[in-house]
Amino acid sequence: MAETQSSPIITFDKVNKWYGNNFHVLRDIDLSVAKGERIVICGPSGSGKSTLIRCINRLEEHQQGHLIVDGVELTDDIKAIDQVRKEVGMVFQQFNLFPHLTVLENLTLSPMWVGKLPKKEAEEKAMIQLKRVRIAEQANKYPLQLSGGQQQRVAIARALCLKPKIMLFDEPTSALDPEMIKEVLDVMIAMASEGITMLCVTHEMGFAKAVADRVIFMDQGQIVEQNNPHDFFNNPQSERSKDFLSKILGH
Amino acid sequence: MTSTTLFQPIAARPAPINTSGPVAWVKTNLLSDWKTSLSTLIISGLLLWYIPQLLSWAVFHATWVPNHEVCHNNHVGACWGLIAEKYRIIIFGRYPYEEQWRPLIATILLTGLLVLSCVRAAWKTWLPILWVVVFTVFFMLMYGNVLGLEKVETNRWGGLPLTILLSSVSLVLCFPIALVVALGRRSNLPAIRTFCTIYVELIRGVPLISVLFMASFMFPLFMPPGTDIDVLIRVLVGITLFAAAYMAEVIRGGLQAIPKGQVEAAATLGLSYWQTQRKIVLPQALAMVVPGIMNNFISTFKDTSLVTIVSLYELTGALKLGVNSDANWRPFIIEGYLFIALIYFVFCFSMSRYSRWVEKQVNKSKLR
Repeated sequence: MAETQSSPIITFDKVNKWYGNNFHVLRDIDLSVAKGERIVICGPSGSGKSTLIRCINRLEEHQQGHLIVDGVELTDDIKAIDQVRKEVGMVFQQFNLFPHLTVLENLTLSPMWVGKLPKKEAEEKAMIQLKRVRIAEQANKYPLQLSGGQQQRVAIARALCLKPKIMLFDEPTSALDPEMIKEVLDVMIAMASEGITMLCVTHEMGFAKAVADRVIFMDQGQIVEQNNPHDFFNNPQSERSKDFLSKILGH
Repeated sequence: MTSTTLFQPIAARPAPINTSGPVAWVKTNLLSDWKTSLSTLIISGLLLWYIPQLLSWAVFHATWVPNHEVCHNNHVGACWGLIAEKYRIIIFGRYPYEEQWRPLIATILLTGLLVLSCVRAAWKTWLPILWVVVFTVFFMLMYGNVLGLEKVETNRWGGLPLTILLSSVSLVLCFPIALVVALGRRSNLPAIRTFCTIYVELIRGVPLISVLFMASFMFPLFMPPGTDIDVLIRVLVGITLFAAAYMAEVIRGGLQAIPKGQVEAAATLGLSYWQTQRKIVLPQALAMVVPGIMNNFISTFKDTSLVTIVSLYELTGALKLGVNSDANWRPFIIEGYLFIALIYFVFCFSMSRYSRWVEKQVNKSKLR
């Protein structure tokens, strides 16, 4: 496990969120994430996993409770949001690469326009990230010319260009063919060994066993159970997680 | 147990022979079955019947000399002499005859600028400066009153220079307005959204003619006495605001087609609202609506012919003015209409071809 004595980098304190008036999607979430900790979040669809991590960079707003990321409390304050987003990278299920820009331009966009780096320097740094995800030779292609697995690795490299302290993964392999899932997971496993704080929504239980410090199981907007992967998979405490695990591991 | 079979990939084979050439084309397109063959027969019959008649009227029996008496005696042919006789007034309207070299140069300059602006190599920082320079020269030449040039009031401007001026200025100005309005209609701020919606709905709710009437006749009534804004400027503002409302809706259509994930990805990368619009949303949205934008451009170009009703004699107005006022030539105005139709067609067709080229350019990222 990561060291627990340092102050947490993310703290959820009784966070609640509703979609519209009736759908209570996050219910009294209490969670603290230590610096460098690697967390896998799983649970049935509609349980609020994605919403939980999307609150961390304010793609979704919470309505009650406190959410503190890297010492900054997320409120309507735009400056606070900007500051948090500088520290938090995100990878989406649908990649969300910019199709009208080349791979290299996708990577240099934010460093040049937000980080105000000169083009040459931004490109050098981008190439380092592309090499890290083993896709440097595709730098001048457009995203739609790449396979799904390659696109997702570009998306990871794009997030890494900002040197984030925290990486959020929202089902990064769910839209991929089975043969491509491995290449993306390999990149993520390599990243996990480098000390970056990771929160990953995924059903890849092999990945959870290999890299996670903690597995969080959610259902109906609540954190039902959290434990280290070994104990979670071998000795789940609640009926709900036993039922869920039997379904996803049972075949 | 079971023996594993070796995977044997099938070797690639050449594609089937492509049937091409004129004979194959005729067979597949004109004579494939009895229905197609019958319609081919009927259509070619009609063409064989009409084309000789058209050629006979337009070429073989046409009068080419600019003499209206010869034209009157020729009952079976076109009178192209009209164009030789009247082309100056058709092209330059009521602009003083002796000074018509000025609109000629001004029009050539402005058209050259428009063509140049379409070329990728010219998309540099000096292009906007060149626009300012060319427009300054254009107005100096047309209006005069400087460098010993005789002053020519805007109500005497006319013909092709006026058509090109009205369309180029309104198209260039309507685009930024349309962008802002399109973004405004999707804004989170209710005041901005309401304002943009009201603007679009009001303008779309009335015909261009009534906008021109308001700009020309009603607007001065609301102004304090003594203020006098030139009718040409008022009409320009009218056409620009009109075109912008339609353009805004075309652009909004493109904006709506951009997936939410694009904006979210930009947000996670720290881009501000305007950076996101400029770098991510608009380039993709505009690329999608190039045909619609060009449609509006072409339609605005032709709509400038409506300014005749507020006594500005652009190409169409100048034709009517020049030919209808002359009883000798009045019967041959149809030949005049064909002449300006050709001018309109050259401009509109070029715009449409240019639009195809732009589409190809912006869709490069979609090619595999």
